[in-house]
Amino acid sequence: MLLRPTDTREPLVATIAGIPMTTWRLTALGIGLVVLAVIPFVMKNFYIFQITLAIIYAIAILGLNLLTGFNGQFSLGHSAFYAVGAYTAAIMMDRCDIGYVWTLPAAAIVCFVFGFLFGLPALRLEGVYLALATFALAIAIPQMLKSSLVEHWTGGVQGITIIKPDAPFGLPLNSDQWLYAFTVIVAVAMYVCAGNLVRSRTGRALIAIRDHPIAASAMGIDVALYKSLTFGVSALYTGVAGALGAIAISFVAPDSFTFTLAVALFVGLVVGGVGSIPGTLVGGFFVLFVPNIAESVSKGLAGAVYGVILLLVIYLMPTGAAGLVRLISSRLVQQGRTGG
Amino acid sequence: MQMNKRMLLASIAGLAVAVAGPALAQKKYSPGASDTEIKLGNTNPYSGPASAYGLIGKTIDAYFKKVNAEGGINGRKITFISYDDAYSPPKTVEQVRKLVESDEVLFVFQPLGTPSNSAIHKYMNSKKVPQLFVATGATKWGDPKNFPWTMGWQPNYQSEGRIYAQYLIKNHPNAKIGILYQNDDYGKDYVKGMKDGLGEKAKTMIVSEQPYETSDPTVDSQIINLKASGADVLFNVTTPKFAAQAIKKAHEIGWQPIHLLNNVSNSVGSVLKPAGLDAAKGVLSTAYLKDPTDSTWDNDPGKKEWLAFMDKYYPDGDKTSSFTVYGFTVAQTLHQVLKQSGDDLTRANVMKQAASLKDVKLPMLLPGITINTSASDFYPIEQMQMQKFTGERWELFGPVLSGGEGS
Amino acid sequence: MELFAHQILAGLATGGIYACMALAVVMIYQAIDHLNFAQGEMAMFSTFIAWQLIQWGFPYWVAFGATIVISFAAGVVIERVVLRPVHDAPVLSHVVAFIALLAILNSAAGFIWDYTIKSFPSPFGGGAFLGQGLMSKHDAGMIGMTLAMLVLLYLFFRHTRIGLAMRAAAANPESARLAGIRVGWMTALGWGMAAAIGSVAGMLIAPVVFLEPNMMLSILLYGFAGAVVGGLTSPGGAVVGGFSVGIIENLAGTYIPVVGREMKLSIALCIIIAVLCVKPSGLFGRPVVTRV
Repeated sequence: MLLRPTDTREPLVATIAGIPMTTWRLTALGIGLVVLAVIPFVMKNFYIFQITLAIIYAIAILGLNLLTGFNGQFSLGHSAFYAVGAYTAAIMMDRCDIGYVWTLPAAAIVCFVFGFLFGLPALRLEGVYLALATFALAIAIPQMLKSSLVEHWTGGVQGITIIKPDAPFGLPLNSDQWLYAFTVIVAVAMYVCAGNLVRSRTGRALIAIRDHPIAASAMGIDVALYKSLTFGVSALYTGVAGALGAIAISFVAPDSFTFTLAVALFVGLVVGGVGSIPGTLVGGFFVLFVPNIAESVSKGLAGAVYGVILLLVIYLMPTGAAGLVRLISSRLVQQGRTGG
Repeated sequence: MQMNKRMLLASIAGLAVAVAGPALAQKKYSPGASDTEIKLGNTNPYSGPASAYGLIGKTIDAYFKKVNAEGGINGRKITFISYDDAYSPPKTVEQVRKLVESDEVLFVFQPLGTPSNSAIHKYMNSKKVPQLFVATGATKWGDPKNFPWTMGWQPNYQSEGRIYAQYLIKNHPNAKIGILYQNDDYGKDYVKGMKDGLGEKAKTMIVSEQPYETSDPTVDSQIINLKASGADVLFNVTTPKFAAQAIKKAHEIGWQPIHLLNNVSNSVGSVLKPAGLDAAKGVLSTAYLKDPTDSTWDNDPGKKEWLAFMDKYYPDGDKTSSFTVYGFTVAQTLHQVLKQSGDDLTRANVMKQAASLKDVKLPMLLPGITINTSASDFYPIEQMQMQKFTGERWELFGPVLSGGEGS
Repeated sequence: MELFAHQILAGLATGGIYACMALAVVMIYQAIDHLNFAQGEMAMFSTFIAWQLIQWGFPYWVAFGATIVISFAAGVVIERVVLRPVHDAPVLSHVVAFIALLAILNSAAGFIWDYTIKSFPSPFGGGAFLGQGLMSKHDAGMIGMTLAMLVLLYLFFRHTRIGLAMRAAAANPESARLAGIRVGWMTALGWGMAAAIGSVAGMLIAPVVFLEPNMMLSILLYGFAGAVVGGLTSPGGAVVGGFSVGIIENLAGTYIPVVGREMKLSIALCIIIAVLCVKPSGLFGRPVVTRV
């Protein structure tokens, strides 16, 4: 019997080309942050505006991802929460003269409550039925916003125009650059929170509920509470994105929040990768830029070109961009040792 | 020799001044204009629920192709850049910003849709870029004091509503009015016009108001309710598809009210024929453009000009739709404005010329209707004439009317 | 009272439209266990094909029959060609594929036939049914054909071998394969049938709402509502659901002040949620039982 001495070498870690995965990830993150920081100084205002919008959509998709990707509740109605967040911001800024910064936490709270309340009856619905209920919500919300009952607050069909904020403290940034910076700051904060949430015990509980609800409840997880809370948090994220969107566009109207938006958010979710947080950025950019690309290819058949692009994307990346990255990296990964 | 040298210098100097003179005389440009080109921007819903209106953008595009083929305006070619906004205000904002900041157009022409235009209203005025001849009849576009860079074009909806109200007061003072309207800015603007025109009597004359959404498949239920309310006048404020449904259903249930049909949906080819020409007999409406499917204009030179244009430059275009006539006429209006601007193609001057249209007559405008603007009058077309459908064609009657406020 | 009766009949008429669509929706659900969001656009496209055939001079019933056959074939082709590559992808990717299909069909229809409304003939003729102007002949005919299709479907699923095989393939593909059923072709068949039913629905609906590329968008939603309320596993339930949605919508629009008229879709939403809260599988659906 041979007693093996304790292995004093470095432990095995996943590596690509000898460099550990964590280093790859941090480098990617670093490059991303540098690019984000540089953008407002090298690009024209209009492109800064577009990228701001793409990031806002990414936050909205992140909200949807928390619900559908991590918790398995199929929602086709997130445009409703986006709309509620946007109108909250608009009403506060225009009717109550409150500064734009405060609209974000307000939108967060309002949408959380709204999402939670919707999540309660949604507990009874599964899969396809939940999708339809949320789809119906997405369609009903613009109607409700137009209603003459609340016209005084919502501006009815005419909508509400708001004034775009300028950079504070006299910083030498124009309003587009400032809004971009503001959005990025908010986005980074929200992404970090989402990442932490998903990696925490709560996150694991959510994923457990998605994968095997009965086992999860057998393990003592309060499925009903978690599902409703997730609805609330998901609505919170999308609502904050809506508020940012309202400020960026400086206008809200019921026609801005039709089910086309809900479908777009859903498409962004799948293209980016269901269950992947960085994927939502890909989703956001896809949602903003690909329709423009389709239009430049053919004005008359823009929709068809968009559909074809979408099909190709799904064929090539059935699990979304994040899935593709995972696939490629899993091919390249070897077990190796660092240092040593 | 001295004399010669001096004379030579003098003549060279004189020549230089003579040559430089006209060059110094006013070639002024804002971004988007140059010696050879004028860049125009536009947004239209080419996709989405309002895509029927995309026909207008296509007609305008064809018109400028014709202009370019015929040498351009004052020697400059027109580059017409039109983007799809799918009738979604955030998309309109994005596309218009692209036009102004990235494509650097001289101005934005005929953006379509009231919510779309509301979304860019403040932006265009703060950037001092003309938002010219917007494709919506909402009354708020004619406000030069607060929004000097925005101007509408077509007779506004409230004026038209008032015209109908005046007709009713004169001819049917004891009528009971039922209103079918689209539940958005367009519908509500008409209703306001009607109510304002009726004044005090509005409360007693209007017995039923039935809204509908564009997402409703039919308006049958609303028509039934209107008939049941005892109304003997139907004020039909609907877009083409629903107008056809309303006319058909009213006929089916045997209801024959005095039927006032709004101008947007009175095309013989696109609305009355599908609804059934018999069902549409006796319908009243107003007009400011000639209906291309109306045999009245078969030998009219104006219509021939339009038809020649369609045949050569837009053969696929729907010749039965009033949208193509609309697009043709509004593009001609712009043609006039740009011609008047001459070599001073600054944004300010384009706006000034747009506000200086005097008695402009165009081939597809009804006889007697002209385009007039001034520094305080930002409503180019304010006149309309009433017409009655005989079962085959529209028969104009009465004088050319003005709608009151804003005129 | 007369108004009430009148609205109920009108509700039945519009409900007939929804029921027709709901039937197509349930059909595809039975075949593939998902909802096909492109169903409406497929029906619309088929109706345009029929319209084009009629424009080219074919008599109505020839065009009608030809369209059904073409739609069936197209449905099979779509399943085998377009959806093949996503067979193994997660459910959500399938939904995106349907959305892509929706975009393509809608845009193509607009491009080929443009967006002006077109009238589509009715095989039942114009005019009122039983005099009195309460319901038109076409409305009555539409309800009749929907019920006829329902009966045919019922017979197909319950009393033919292929119907049984299709249900098996959808419920449990693995076991079905072991039993010798060609699951892939069953799914394709399901798509073909759904496309065919959709085309009939489109041809019945177009005379009422007028033919244009965007005609099906909202009808599909109401069709979903009807199908969900009735139960996605029950074709009969879907039809009943469709009629109910039509009637309730009309009554709400007439009798509930302000809200009822302006927020019909919201009312549909409330109906869906209310029914599902009480009976999660719909009024007539079978509760789904899965092994843990």
